[in-house]
Amino acid sequence: MTQRPLPPGPQSSLRPDLQIIAGLIPPEATVLDLGCGDGALLAHLVAHKQVKGRGIELDEANILTCVRRGLSVRQGNLEEGLADYPDGSFDYVVLSQTLPFLDDPAMILREMLRVGRQGVVSFPNWGYWRCRLELLLTGQVPKAPDLPQEWYQVPRWQAFSITDFAHFCQGLGIRIREQAYLAGERRIHVRKIKNLLATTAVFVLETAGSQRQQRGAPGPG
Amino acid sequence: MTATTPTSPSHSVGLVETKHFTFAQEEPFRLESGATLSPVTLAYETYGVLNRDRSNAILILHALSGSQHAAGFHTPQDPKPGWWDECIGPGKAFDTDRFFVICSNVLGSCYGSTGPASVDPSTGKPYGLRFPVVTIGDMVRAQVRLLDHLGIQQLLCVAGGSMGGMQALEWAAHHPDRLKAAIPLATTARHSPMQIAFSEVGRQAIYADPAWNQGDYYDRPSKPDAGLAVARMVGHITYLSEESMHRKFGRRLKDRERYGYEFQTEFEVESYLKYNGNNFTRRFDANSYLYITKAMDYFDLSAPTGSLPAAFANSAHLKYLVVSFDSDWLYPSYHSKELVSALTAVGADVTYLDIESSWGHDAFLLEVETMTDLLGSFLDRLAREEGVAPPEPSPAATTPDASPRPAQVRL
Repeated sequence: MTQRPLPPGPQSSLRPDLQIIAGLIPPEATVLDLGCGDGALLAHLVAHKQVKGRGIELDEANILTCVRRGLSVRQGNLEEGLADYPDGSFDYVVLSQTLPFLDDPAMILREMLRVGRQGVVSFPNWGYWRCRLELLLTGQVPKAPDLPQEWYQVPRWQAFSITDFAHFCQGLGIRIREQAYLAGERRIHVRKIKNLLATTAVFVLETAGSQRQQRGAPGPG
Repeated sequence: MTATTPTSPSHSVGLVETKHFTFAQEEPFRLESGATLSPVTLAYETYGVLNRDRSNAILILHALSGSQHAAGFHTPQDPKPGWWDECIGPGKAFDTDRFFVICSNVLGSCYGSTGPASVDPSTGKPYGLRFPVVTIGDMVRAQVRLLDHLGIQQLLCVAGGSMGGMQALEWAAHHPDRLKAAIPLATTARHSPMQIAFSEVGRQAIYADPAWNQGDYYDRPSKPDAGLAVARMVGHITYLSEESMHRKFGRRLKDRERYGYEFQTEFEVESYLKYNGNNFTRRFDANSYLYITKAMDYFDLSAPTGSLPAAFANSAHLKYLVVSFDSDWLYPSYHSKELVSALTAVGADVTYLDIESSWGHDAFLLEVETMTDLLGSFLDRLAREEGVAPPEPSPAATTPDASPRPAQVRL
C-alpha cells in the first residue's frame, strides 16, 4: 500500500508538511509526486508555481479526484519501483508521509534520486519526546505524532526517527541538502534537539556525489 | 450503474444523419499490404459545431462491430440511440455544446464505408474476398483523408475502446502532428496470441457455414448467418466476465422449471447468446467480420523495432488518458500497463487508471458514471491547456460541410 495515510485536509489549506515541501520547490520545476493522494500538493504547485507536475497513486477514488483537479496521474504501486521513468527526468521527486509504509525504503530512495535530481521526503518522527515518554510510561508502542493509525491497521507502518533516517541516508550515500521540521502544525527552527521536538521532518535529498553545497546534515539529536 | 438508464432526449444530440465522403477516385488509395482501392467511401456522423479556429474537434473511433452512428437518433421513432450516446451529447463527457465530435465508420465495415460488400468497380459486383485485406493503419489513414476533407488540421483528441483504442494508438503513433491527445480505452498496442485465437474461432465459424461460399453470397438467397451468429456468440463471451455472467444469468433456466434432458435452449445464458448472435446477423456482414478481425490481429505497434517505446518516440508531446478494467480478460489490464510504461519511458504526459469493474471488456461502455467523470475531467483540462474556444452560437455558419443542414437538430 502506498496510499497517503493522512486524510486530506480542507481543499483550501495544504497539510503543514506539504506547505513546507511547496515552499522548497522553485517555480516551473518538474515534479513527480509519489503516492500523490488526492493531488493537493500537485494542484497547489501547478496553480502557484507553474510546475510541470505528475503523480503516481494507487487508489482509484484519489486518482479520479486528481483527474478532476486537472492533474496528470497514473495508477501505480511504488513497491514496484519507478523502472519506466528515465534517469533524471524530473527536477524533484516527492514522497510525503509514505516512507513508513514502504517495504523497501532503500529501493524507493535510490529510485527517487535516479529519476529526480533531488528527492523530497516528509515523514513522522517517532523520536518525538511524547512518543518516547508514551513508551516509557504506558509500555505501549506509540503511534506516530502526525499519523493517527494503530500499529495493526493496514497499511502497516514501521517506526523510525529523524536520527534513524539520517544514519540510513548516510549508509546509502544520500546527502541531506535541506531540512525543515514541524511540531504539530507549526514549523520549528531547531538544530540540536530536533529529534526530540519535531513531529514531522521534511528533507531534501540528493546523491552524495552531487556537486552541491551541503547545508548541514542533521546529527543525532 | 447507470447503464440501463434510458437516455433522456433532452440530453441527446437529437436527430442526426450519416454523411458519406468519397475519395481516391483518380489516385487509388494504397494499402499497407501494397494493394490499392479506388474509390474509397467513409460513412461518418458529426455532432456539435466546429469553432472558429477549428480546434475543438474530437474523433470517436468505434470497435469491431460499431458504426459511425455514435450518438443521437436517425428518426424520431428510433428505439435506440447511437452506441456511445451516454457519453456524447450536450453536457456529457464528450460535450457537444463545446466540442465538434466526429465518428467515422472504418474501412472494411458494412455501414456505408467501402468494404467487402461494396461493389467492385472493375467487375460491377460486390468485392467479397476480392476486397483487399486492410489494417488498422489503413483505417486511420482513410480517416486522415476525411479530416482533410472536413478542413481539420489538428484534432483536440481521438478516443475509442477496444479496436477504437487501437485506432487511437495508431493515430498517436503515426500521425502525431494531427492531434493533441489520445484516449485509448480497454485496448492493446499489440494483439496477443489469445486475442488472435478468439478472432480465428470466429472466422472459422464463418468459413464453416456452407452459405459463406468463399465470401461470395451477396446475390444468393441465404447468407452465412449461422456462422456469423456463432462468431458473435464467441465474441460476446469474451466481452463479459465470469462474475458478470454469474450476475446476469446464473444457472437460471429460460421459461422452464426443470431440465428437459434434450438439446434445446435451456439456460438463460444460452438464450442470451442465441438472441445476440441472431440479432447480429441482421446488422452485420460476415465478410466484414473476417476483414475487421484480421485487421485487429495484424495490429502491433511495436512490430517495426520490437520496442513499444520506440513506436511512441515521436508522440511524446501528446497527452494520453489510458483506461483499463480489472475484469477485462480479453484486453487485460497488463496490456494497458505495458502501454503506459512505454509512454512514461518516452516522457509523455499519461494519465492511467485501472477501473474496478465486474463487467469485463464491455465495461468501457457500461461504467458510464466513472467514464463520464474521467473523460469529462480530462477533456476539461485539455480544452483549458490548449486554449480551446467554445463554438460560435450559430451552428450553420461554422459547419465545415457543404451541406446546408445544421450539424445538429435538437429533438
